[in-house]
Amino acid sequence: VHLTAAEKSAILDLWGKVNVGEIGAEALGRLLVVYPWTQRFFEKFGDLSSASAIMSNAHVKSHGAKVLASFSEGLKHLEDLKGTFAKLSELHCDKLHVDPENFRLLGNMIVIALAHHHPSEFTPCTQAAFQKVTAGVANALAHKYH
Amino acid sequence: MALSPAEQEMVRALWKKMGTNVCIYVTEALERTFLAFPSTKTYFPHWDLSTGSAQIKTHGQKVADALTLAVNQLYDLTGALSALSDLHAHKFCVNPINFQLLGHCLLVTLARHYPGDFSPAMQMSLDKFLNLVTSALASKYP
Repeated sequence: VHLTAAEKSAILDLWGKVNVGEIGAEALGRLLVVYPWTQRFFEKFGDLSSASAIMSNAHVKSHGAKVLASFSEGLKHLEDLKGTFAKLSELHCDKLHVDPENFRLLGNMIVIALAHHHPSEFTPCTQAAFQKVTAGVANALAHKYH
Repeated sequence: MALSPAEQEMVRALWKKMGTNVCIYVTEALERTFLAFPSTKTYFPHWDLSTGSAQIKTHGQKVADALTLAVNQLYDLTGALSALSDLHAHKFCVNPINFQLLGHCLLVTLARHYPGDFSPAMQMSLDKFLNLVTSALASKYP
């Protein structure tokens, strides 16, 4: 993904303040609430019967943290997202059978969670930079699909 | 995918809370859309799309008024937005995907300004509402 120096700086500045576990849990929780069909991948997570059940579900929190930790790794390799996420792409296609459209949705949930928790830092320019990154990660995760 | 009574109430309550600031937030959402999704600028080649532009503010007011109309006519969005659908389909020829991009940026804007109100349930209600608005806007497309 092609980012200007200013965009890279905006991303890393904000990311330095982010509680990765908290944002990850919120983003995944919001995905499962707002787009209920995504729950199909998490049948073993237990009670997902309501918004409050989802947001307080320990499996959702833990998995959300794991997903965002992986995203965080990606931020260290912005010049080679496809390489960084190659193995995860194969996993999501061959084992997990996830429609890549859902990566785009989760990317938007990460953006919304960031805006929610960091309102003053999440300027239009910072959002634009993050939209580029989430699109790049979604594409990278879809790259090995066949 | 109609809004349940509870979801309708959530949307109306937030709209009431926003009061006369709807225009300010829609204008911010438009600015975010143009920056985050540059392809959307192709529909406004003759405008000044820089931050603070008077043209974006004017358009923000129009969009805000249309959304407020929609909130007040949730029972008949297709009817309420029929004329706007004609305009966007036949005169401006806007690809409807762009309405979703603006909708996303409006959610981002509201998450920033109303963090205490922006629960997952509120986000879902707003998301459904904006999808219904998008469908209504696309209803006159050939």
